[in-house]
Formats: sequence, structure tokens, C-alpha cells
Amino acid sequence: MRLFEHKDLLSIDQLSIADIELILDMAESFKEISNRDIKKVPTLRGKTVVNLFYEPSTRTRSSFEIAAKRLSADTFNLSSSNSSTIKGETLIDTGMNLQAMNPDVIILRHSSTGAPHMMAKAVSSGVINAGDGINEHPTQALLDLFTIREKKGRIEGLKIVIIGDISHSRVAKSNIKGLKKLGADVTVSGPPTMVPIGIENYGINVIHNPSEAIRKKDVIMLLRIQFERQSNILFPGIREYAKYFGVTRKMIELANDDAIIMHPGPINRGVELASEVIDSPGSVILEQVKNGVAIRMAILYLLIGGSSK
Amino acid sequence: MITWIRSGSIVDTLKGLIRKADILIKDDIISAIGIIPSELKQKNQRVKIIDAEGMLIIPGLIDMHVHLREPGHEYKETILSGSIAAVSGGFTSIACMPNTDPVNDNRAVTEFIIRRGKSAGFAKIYPIACISKKQEGKTLTEFGDIKDAGAVGVSDDGMPVINSELMRRATEYASYHGLTIISHSEDTSLSRGGVMNEGDISTAIGLTGIPSINEEIMVSRDILIAKFTKCPVHIAHVSTAGSVEIIKRGKEAGILVTAETAPHYFTLDHRAVTGYDSNTKMNPPLRTPEDVLAIKNGLADGIIDAIATDHAPHSTLEKDVEFDKAAFGIIGLETALPLTLALVRAGVISLPEAIKKLSLNPARILGIPGGQLEPGLPADLAIINPDYEYILKKEDILSKSKNSPFIGKALKGRNELTMIGGKIVWER
Repeated sequence: MRLFEHKDLLSIDQLSIADIELILDMAESFKEISNRDIKKVPTLRGKTVVNLFYEPSTRTRSSFEIAAKRLSADTFNLSSSNSSTIKGETLIDTGMNLQAMNPDVIILRHSSTGAPHMMAKAVSSGVINAGDGINEHPTQALLDLFTIREKKGRIEGLKIVIIGDISHSRVAKSNIKGLKKLGADVTVSGPPTMVPIGIENYGINVIHNPSEAIRKKDVIMLLRIQFERQSNILFPGIREYAKYFGVTRKMIELANDDAIIMHPGPINRGVELASEVIDSPGSVILEQVKNGVAIRMAILYLLIGGSSK
Repeated sequence: MITWIRSGSIVDTLKGLIRKADILIKDDIISAIGIIPSELKQKNQRVKIIDAEGMLIIPGLIDMHVHLREPGHEYKETILSGSIAAVSGGFTSIACMPNTDPVNDNRAVTEFIIRRGKSAGFAKIYPIACISKKQEGKTLTEFGDIKDAGAVGVSDDGMPVINSELMRRATEYASYHGLTIISHSEDTSLSRGGVMNEGDISTAIGLTGIPSINEEIMVSRDILIAKFTKCPVHIAHVSTAGSVEIIKRGKEAGILVTAETAPHYFTLDHRAVTGYDSNTKMNPPLRTPEDVLAIKNGLADGIIDAIATDHAPHSTLEKDVEFDKAAFGIIGLETALPLTLALVRAGVISLPEAIKKLSLNPARILGIPGGQLEPGLPADLAIINPDYEYILKKEDILSKSKNSPFIGKALKGRNELTMIGGKIVWER
């Protein structure tokens, strides 16, 4: 029997608590590799990893690529600007063509919700969701869980607040699902226009005012405000957002003393988060990036490692 | 030529009864309904006997909301293929929406559709023309001329009339010409970018939502327009509990409003979208279980007058893509009957009432013949087996497009024979 009984990683929904713990434990042992002088092990030698990115990404794509390379897999990158998409090829056709070259896993980022699910049905290789529309970003949530567990020693019972545009954030969606599975006490915060209908069904609290929401929390997770994507009907603008919802040092003082501050990046300095907070001792933002590599090594290993494929 | 349909149970949409009787058809007209003396066969050699023991005989179904895609999108459906799908599903008359390419906003296109329908020779085709030229919502089409050409109604289906003045003038002018005005009620400023109902499911699966108020605001507006102008308005594809409530109040106030819903709105709810099957994507979207219940109650209480399919064929080119990029709409001509019979079995409405909403009521709303079986009327009818159970298979679908969420699902009730003007046009 395999350790990890999944062909794909599409959503946090599909993972059991044991699955999540397995991924986090595995990442812990992989993390050490990145600190070595020779940052490479032969684990995935001969395996092929495709990065198929239909949306711009620096962090996630390079994190996956570094993770794959440190495990000795062959990687190649396709983005929508250099693929046949601009020639009108459909997603399924692209998938079938990649399939014909027999990759082991396709890492897909796409602006359409459900695109990785569609790809997973069409191809026999594994598919990893690297962010789909406004739906999910499971590997980001897993690296966040890993970071919290590393810093706090546990997740169960922790008080965690997620602040920002919850409606359009796939990071928030995956984190809510993961944190609830592991027993955290989750609060979301942000203007009412950015908190979706039915979010309370996940058993979380909604406190719109960020100062109130931060009070007595162990973890403060900020989201990137994507004004470039939104109509000005959703919110008046950056200035108004920064003034009423931006998180400052003063607000952080309301949290528990040892609270950590997280952000999936890229940050709008001075909008959702004040610069002084980003660079404060409680900030674990760069740790998140570092842990991202370890988590993705663990996921790649669990999905395509070994010979049972 | 005499046809004798023997021992069937006849659904009387007018009296709301089912009675076991024979039907005698002379040429194209029903000549008698009752117990026909059996010596008839000896007296006349040229009697065709159809044994309908255990079957239901219903008036030919009438679908007041169909997209036939011709002219312009013949790869999705043609007037011929759509007519065949219709008669196989028990429909003898269908009204086709004008959002073709070119759109049906003038006499030439209306006449083309009628001519193609006649040469196809299956279902009777009744064109619905545009309210506004090019469906741009700016100027009225020539209602008089298109009515003379054979159109029975006007609608900018798919492209709702946002301009309230235009809608007001359209009701007034359509009423003068005796054209039914059909409102696709949607405030597009509220639904832009949305691909499914806005609610707990859209949040859970990460798709952009379409709020129920996008429909209800326009249903309210059009009922207020009908009240003000004292002209009738018909609300297409009602999908929300709020719309049912608003229509109910309109009817109670004596406003000339009628309404239709589609089988998917009383069969499926937004939970069906989980899994991102683009055949669960339509406009209006599948709503909540509470909305589904309200639609059923609206049918039972007579708030919703008609069941129409909103048959919307799309090929794999439009449907086998990312969910948010997929076209809205599903086919419905071949599943409307079993899905409606399920409502009857569930005790929501009686069988005659269900068939009435699929025939007589839409006929009355559009001002076209059909919907009842009486001596002296044309023999447009269907013989159905209400107990036949089957799994819907893609390869059995006759429509050119196969975009149905009911493929692979168990259905009960099937049309066995369709007759138009005394002629068998389709037989299983």
C-alpha cells in the first residue's frame, strides 16, 4: 500500500487529517536538504515534472521548480504566453499533448476555477493544483500549516485570523479548510463586500473590523489585496482600504504577545500591511517562502516518488 | 384514411381528467373520442389500428422556449434536428428564440425559419422575433411586419432589455399587434462574471456567483410595467423563490403576468455544480433547494403557468472547456416529459395539470392552437408510456448537441409515438 493514496492534489477537501500530517512530517525531513551544501538528492531521478502556468507567478512556480530539481526530477516550464494557448489550443488538448510525452506530474495554475480538476480527469499523470481561479491553492495552505506548526508546535486550538479579500482569495479558501480540519479556531476579517455568502458554514467567525478581529489571536494571516483585478464597486480604492483595513503595528499589539504574522505574497507594502510589521520579529513571511520548497518536495515525493506508479 | 387509437388513457387538459377511451381520427382531424364499436374494422378496410393499452394519450406537447440555432450555428442544432428531437420527446409545436446569427429581427429571417420548419416536416415551428433590432436594446423591431410574417411573440432572450422605457413601449406595441412579449428577466449589472448561483456552494467551490436578485429585480420591473401599461407580459425561465412570490402578488393584483419555468429548475439545485460539470451551467443558474421547493409550489398553485425547456444546444467546443469559459445552457426537448412526470409521481401536481403546463397553457400564452384533444380539432398528440424506466444515454440523444446533465441518470416515462395532423411523425 502506498503512503499517499491520491493521483492528484486538487483541493484540501480531498485530504484526510492523516494525509495532511503525513505531508507536514515529510516536509520536515525534506527541509534539511535545502540547508545542505549540495542541495540535491536522487529521489525523483528520471521523473518528469511539468510546470504549466496560465497565470503569472514567481514564487509558486520557482518554488515548485526548485523543489523538483532538489529531488533530481527533470522539469520544464510552460506558460500561457509561450504555449499553444495563444494559438487557440484548448486546455484539454494541451493536457492530452503533454500526456503524450508521458510526464509524471503536471503542476497547473489557471485563472479558471476547476481547471486542474478538468485536467486531472483528462490525463493519467498526476495533477497538482497550483492555484485555480478564486477557488483553492492547496500547496500554499499546506506550507502555511507547516509554518504555523513549526512556530507554534501545534495547530489545534490556536486562534487564527485571516484578513483581506476572502471572496476572491484562493489562499484563504484553502487555509480555512486546512485549519478547520486540524482543529484551529478561525476568524475571517475584511469589509463586508469581500466576505462571501456562506463562509460561516465552515464553522468560522466573521469579524469585519480588523482591530477587533486581531484581538488575542496567535496567528495573523494577511492576504494580498488585488485592486488590479477588482471593480471599484467592490471597494473604493487602495487609500480607503489602507486606512480602514490595513494592519499596523498598533493593531498587532492587540494580538497575543507571541503572535506570528503571515502573508502569502506578493505584499503591497503599506496597503494591507504596514512596512514596520512586515519587518518585525513576529513576521514569518520569508519562512513561509522557505517552507514552500520543503512542502512541495514532500508533495512531489508523495505523489510520484517510489516505483509503484 | 382513418386511424383508431384503441384503449389508451386520455389526458383531458381542459377538464383535468384521465379517462380510458378510444380515439378515432379521420385524415388530420379527431372525429370521435369514446368507445368506438369494434365492427368499425369490418366496415372499413382502411383503418389503421394503434393499440394504446396501458399507455397515456396526451395532447402534443408545446414548448414555448427553444433555441434551434439555425440560421448561423448549424453545428449545434438545425431546425430539422431540433424538430426531430422535439417530436421524439412528445412535442408537436415549438417556439424558437431569435438569438440566431443573424438574429430574427425582421420578416426575412422569420419567413426563413417558417419555411425551414415546414420543409423539415416534423414539429410545427413558431418563431419568436426580437424585441429590439439586433437585440441591442435600442430600437423596436417591426412588430407588425414580423407578426404578419408568422412570428407569435417577441423576446430579446439571452440579451435582457435593460432600458425600461424600451420594455414599456414594447409591451404596449406588442399588445396592439397581438404578439406575446417574453421577458428574459436579468439585471446583467448584478450577474456580470457570474457562472453559478451565489450562495454557500459558490463559496465552497470557488466559482463567481449570480445573486437571485439579478432575476427578481427585473421580474419586479416587468410586472410593474405590465401593471402600468395594462398589457400582458410573460416571464421566461423563473428560477427563484423570490420571483415566484413577486409573480404571485402580481397575479393577485390582477396584473396580466404569466410565467414559465424549466424542468431543470424543479429537478436540480446548485449542489449539482460541485464537480464543475459544464452541463450544470445555465442562465439563470441552478438555485438553492429552497428555490426548487418554491418552484414546485409555484407550479402546484398555478403561479407558474407553463413548463418550457429552454432547450439550448451547445457543442463540445463550447462545453468541454473550463467551467467559467463554458457556454450557458442545456438541451431539454428529450427529457422534459420524464422530468415532469417525476413531479406527478412525487404528488406535486396532477397528471392533467402537468400536461396542461406543457401544452394548453403555453398555447394560450402564445395564442397558438393545440393543447387539447377534442373532436373537430387537429390530431396532434403523443402516446406515452409513463412507467418505462431507462438510463439516458448520450448516443440515444437525437439533438445534434448532447449537453445534458441527465446523461447517465435514471428516467421514468417515455414518449412512444407522436402524431401531427393525423400523421405519425415519430414512432419508437
